[in-house]
Amino acid sequence: MNNIIKRFIPQILAILFVVLIFGFLTLNAQTNMDNRGIDFGFGFLSQESSFDVQFSLIEYSGSDSYARAFLVGLLNTLLVSFISIIICTILGVIIGVARLSSNYLIKNSAAWYVEFFRNIPLLLQIFFWYYAALRALPMPEKANAWFGVTYMTVKGYYIPAMVWENLNVFLYCGFAAIISIIVLRNYANKLRDTQGKQIPVLFYSVALLIVLPLLSFLFGGVSLEFEIPELKKLSKISYIYEGGISLPPELIALVLALSLYTSTFVAECVRAGIEGVSKGQKEAAASVGLTPNQVLKLVIMPQALRIIIPPTTNQYLNLTKNSSLAAAIAYPDLVLVFAGTALMQTGKAIEIVSITMLTYLTISLTIAAIMNWYNKKIEIKEK
Amino acid sequence: MNNLLTNKYNRGIKMFKYSKKLFAFFAVLSMIFVVACDQQGGKQSKGKSKTLENTKKRGFVRCGVSQGLPGFSNADASGNWTGIDVDVCRAVAAATLGDATKVKFTPLSAKERFTALTSGEIDILARNTTWTLSRDADIGLTFVGVNFYDGQGFMVRKGSGIASTSEFSNGTSVCTNLGTTTELNMRDFFDSRGISYEPVVFEKADEVVAAYDAGRCDTYTTDKSGLAAQRTKLSAPDDHVVLPETISKEPLGPVVRQGDSIWEDIVRWSLNTMIEAEEYGVNSTNADMMKTSNNPAIKRLVGAEGELGAAFGLDNDWNYRIITQVGNYGESYKRNIADTGILPDRGPNELWTKGGILYVPPAR
Repeated sequence: MNNIIKRFIPQILAILFVVLIFGFLTLNAQTNMDNRGIDFGFGFLSQESSFDVQFSLIEYSGSDSYARAFLVGLLNTLLVSFISIIICTILGVIIGVARLSSNYLIKNSAAWYVEFFRNIPLLLQIFFWYYAALRALPMPEKANAWFGVTYMTVKGYYIPAMVWENLNVFLYCGFAAIISIIVLRNYANKLRDTQGKQIPVLFYSVALLIVLPLLSFLFGGVSLEFEIPELKKLSKISYIYEGGISLPPELIALVLALSLYTSTFVAECVRAGIEGVSKGQKEAAASVGLTPNQVLKLVIMPQALRIIIPPTTNQYLNLTKNSSLAAAIAYPDLVLVFAGTALMQTGKAIEIVSITMLTYLTISLTIAAIMNWYNKKIEIKEK
Repeated sequence: MNNLLTNKYNRGIKMFKYSKKLFAFFAVLSMIFVVACDQQGGKQSKGKSKTLENTKKRGFVRCGVSQGLPGFSNADASGNWTGIDVDVCRAVAAATLGDATKVKFTPLSAKERFTALTSGEIDILARNTTWTLSRDADIGLTFVGVNFYDGQGFMVRKGSGIASTSEFSNGTSVCTNLGTTTELNMRDFFDSRGISYEPVVFEKADEVVAAYDAGRCDTYTTDKSGLAAQRTKLSAPDDHVVLPETISKEPLGPVVRQGDSIWEDIVRWSLNTMIEAEEYGVNSTNADMMKTSNNPAIKRLVGAEGELGAAFGLDNDWNYRIITQVGNYGESYKRNIADTGILPDRGPNELWTKGGILYVPPAR
């Protein structure tokens, strides 16, 4: 009995404490809102938003609801996080490996890169890329074509749009290619394990990825045309490009700042991971006759990844949360559209801020869950 | 070894189930607690203004202003605030505390302003805020009057050759501020004309100016007084022009929290006093002489007749102090907006007796 009390008393007290704090906060908010005549409720989500958003991945206009405006902001946040995570990973791996290079110049440039970009506050970097780039970029009518068909201007980066016919057939073919690659890899692994035969899986995979979608063009009635941006006159001195896709400078500046900043941290994770694999592993692998490529692929990387993944997950989470700085340069992310304009127009501060917080929490937990799953997969499996 | 582990695991599960029940119990308990306490939630006592009492105790008026809009609320290099919005707060300080300098100004962004007021961080919001139905009725605010009649306009580059809003074409990019009626008016304007446009929305006015200046946008839209003031911050102000059309009504005025009607009345009548003083020709220099005027209306305005202050719990000299320490509306306008070159022409902000629409109920 005594034992049970000892075990449960601290827990009960802890729970009671948490409950009381929440109770007090709720009570406090409720009393204050009552006194000031503010209603609490989520009914506003279905009301007409009556404001427009600069850049949206889905169809949206002012006659849509606040809920849809929320979705627009959410998708924009996810878009900028997704692009930045991919770029910062690629950059981070390159820089991290470069820091371990035996070449003096490469090693030191990488070190300087890391020290430079990780030691300047992110908000300043965002402002730099936005305002410095804005001032340096040409007006649309003076822009030179990059690769013949894309234009980098002060009003955005204009690229050709793809106009598909029977896009679904193409996607099915791509999907089929991926499935067959997975099957092929499993088959190759089995072949290697049982008969010791090696087949060039990479070559076949690339071939499959190219040939299957190509077939869809020849036989599936798929066609692809490009809509190239064309200069259009707005007034005597102002022009824009019409047709194609316009990537707003806000998006570009944000992606640049976020990925350059976070890549330095990823680079350090990668360096730590590779350095964390003991030298003996490499020498042992070489002594059993593996080629340098195989040593890296089969011995070093699998062990290094175990060290790299958990801290890199943190960096991905940071990047996603940092993307909320977008509001400073007018990129319509979740904070600007929903916790900004929508909050101002409805005045529902508590509702909107809690929705926004929960959304960021969900995004972060999802990323963490995916990375944890991946971490589990590559963990040492003790039998 | 294995057995021990399973045991521990099972016990863990039991504890988990147990604590779940416990949690439910305490959740219910706390709900009761919350509901019970809610019944006692403080109600405003009648006849007395809590905000006024607190202000007197504190010794200064807490006033929310803009982050720097010349003419309305702008701090100079030594931190002195000036502007017609600032003068409203100073008038309230003069009326309630007897000293127009006893004001603490809190600069707020458009996004923060209403939350700051409803949460009680400030007691008056004088931040060129447009009076609209939804703001007045919906979010716990009360507008007390209008101290500037404005309207939304557009600024463009002179070289563009655009002379009227009817010349905007599809694809125009528009820079503006976040969290204002501007965003809504802009949508109404472009939608009703069937023009597609690209809204570029910044949190701070300075950021809008920088982006427009850099050529990010073809036009900059906000209240016309704001355009006139911000134009002075551009790298080449003379290359830009404000289009003649006004696309919306923007009555700007001070705001207070809902629920303290006496405080609301004090702010309303402080503003009204400034306007009425101009109407009767009473200003900061002649107010003393007016105490012996033959006109009872003027005598009431300078506290020489009647008991006007008693209704708010103020002394009888409250309006006299506003006029001597802050001045009448005309003086405030001249000092802050006309003499600074922002809008020399008073337009609709002229008295009703002189062709404007400035008209306040009589102070009697």
